[in-house]
Amino acid sequence: MTNIESDLACRDLTKDFDGFRAVDHVSFDVPKGSFFSILGPSGCGKTTLLRMIAGFQSPSSGDLRIKGRSMIGVPPNRRPVSMVFQHLALFPTMSIGDNVGFGLRQRGVGRSEIARRVEEVLDRVGLPGVSARRTDQLSGGQKQRVAIARCMVLEPDVLLLDEPLGALDLKLREHMKVELKSLQAAFDTTFVYITHDQSEALVMSDNIAVMNQGRFEQIGAPHEVYHAPHTAFVAGFVGDANRIDARVSAVNGHFLTLTSAASTEMKVKVADNSLSVGQGVQVFLRPEAIELSKTSKSLDGDHNVSQCTVTSVLFNGANSSVIVRDAGGNMINVAMPQTGSFADLHAGDMVFTSWHPNKARCYPLARA
Amino acid sequence: MKSDASKLGFYLLLAPILLWLIVLIILPHIGLFMVSISEKVGPREFETGFGNYAAFFGEPLYWRTFARTAIMSILATALTLILGFPIAYYIAKLTRGRTKTTLFLMCMIPFWVSELVRTFGWMILLRETGVISTTLQRLGLVSGPVELLYNDAAIMVGLVYTSILFMVVPLVTTLDSLDDSLIEAGYDLGGTSSSIMREIVIPHAMPGIVSGCIVVFMLSLGNYLTPILLGGKDSLWFTGMIYTQFITRFNWELGSALGFLLLALSSAIVFLGLKLSKQSLSNTMGRT
Repeated sequence: MTNIESDLACRDLTKDFDGFRAVDHVSFDVPKGSFFSILGPSGCGKTTLLRMIAGFQSPSSGDLRIKGRSMIGVPPNRRPVSMVFQHLALFPTMSIGDNVGFGLRQRGVGRSEIARRVEEVLDRVGLPGVSARRTDQLSGGQKQRVAIARCMVLEPDVLLLDEPLGALDLKLREHMKVELKSLQAAFDTTFVYITHDQSEALVMSDNIAVMNQGRFEQIGAPHEVYHAPHTAFVAGFVGDANRIDARVSAVNGHFLTLTSAASTEMKVKVADNSLSVGQGVQVFLRPEAIELSKTSKSLDGDHNVSQCTVTSVLFNGANSSVIVRDAGGNMINVAMPQTGSFADLHAGDMVFTSWHPNKARCYPLARA
Repeated sequence: MKSDASKLGFYLLLAPILLWLIVLIILPHIGLFMVSISEKVGPREFETGFGNYAAFFGEPLYWRTFARTAIMSILATALTLILGFPIAYYIAKLTRGRTKTTLFLMCMIPFWVSELVRTFGWMILLRETGVISTTLQRLGLVSGPVELLYNDAAIMVGLVYTSILFMVVPLVTTLDSLDDSLIEAGYDLGGTSSSIMREIVIPHAMPGIVSGCIVVFMLSLGNYLTPILLGGKDSLWFTGMIYTQFITRFNWELGSALGFLLLALSSAIVFLGLKLSKQSLSNTMGRT
């Protein structure tokens, strides 16, 4: 079962705390040299999972393999993984050079060899000649790179990152996303990154696992997770989506006719038609999947068209959106077209919204 | 106008500490110094000179007693650190919540009783007819009563016991401020328990270690009760010698000189300790 090419493999990994299951039968493989993100809201168990991989917590059951070798019972200082901590955990009592050289010193590498390798790795992360400085003399982004250098100098099989961008300001965070991705490519090491920020996960990852309540809801490439979410949780958590509660009123092959709570009708195309008439469903619709128009004439007949009133215009540069209210009273968030044709839109204006039936995702309501 | 008012407030707030320093510390020391540099040449006749200081260096008993006191105090400080560090590490890093508070309180409870009573407690344990001696006899390990009091080991036990709290408190404070993730990062990077202790925990705790050591050293050096009660007549503790000069010999001049020398020499030892551990007084005292 274990793939030779996978650097990290988990099988049915479970962690129980007193009467509470933090990680629930999680299985996944991380291919060599890839960027794997675990995305989930706070409290979903992603930190516990990462700490089990690092060795700070031992799983209640299941297996964890790194390069095919089981890590159960192996203490953290003997594992071929390194971790970048949430607050980086640079040693404040040491210089930058001593920080980066710490791991090599533990391995008994010679002094001159340590100095050479420390300089080399600091050079690779773009911070040459900072060895003698103290940790508090660096900026947030520089500290980040030192923390990565401190791990990478040990040439780990897997680098774990515990939301290291959380403490940075927005601008720097955007910058570090790109930089982390290029560092990962440059070092060609497997990165396992945990975050609650979906944009971090989407931008950087080769694969994303979406985690909720100790379970993996879906594992897939960013575009799969975004465009073809397997569950209602994934659809709601990854990216923005309008959620509409509705009931199936007719089934015609892959086409469903739904009636919303406010008794407006819509057509939805689904991949599998396991849904039956009368069943409650949740419909998720991305803001950018909805087209706006000022007249109803140009719109396609297949589309779900409805006349709406603009309730507010949210200007946010390229991410501007409009909130409209349809006839049934549903509030729908619609992305503003980038052409500028709706720049004069105001609250109270009448617009038509339309969306293609295959753009929406439909999930049965969780039974209470 | 506003700055005048804030200045007045500043001086008002400063006044109590200034008064305390001047009236209770600086003035008595000036007086003491004046007494210490007056040599008695006849009944009620005094001359200014450093004869009393010369007497300290001229009489081996004095400076040997001082050296003995200093060495014993340094040893007591080292023992207190060795005993106190694991306790403080356990309280600060390995327990949390209620257990932590309880353990901390348990360290503190003995100090609600006066030092005299605590020292008598040790005497009850250690004396010839005391608990330990009786138990050893009952178990048949010794044939006759054993006297455990009135030796240097008894003094050491008393000193360590008296001052351990003053080591544990600053250590707990500094160790508490050590982020657990630093220790985890140490393990993650391949460190062993001993190398993490040496390279991460101890450098971080250094200000606490040094301030604890200074306090314990000063307390031991200036302790009077414990060495006299547990060490007996031959304890040869420098404070005891000062007491003798003032009270028994009625030689206030020499007593003052010895008092001043104690202050100067202990300050010198602390200064030397700070230099050796590469810490500064403001750094160690400012943090606890």
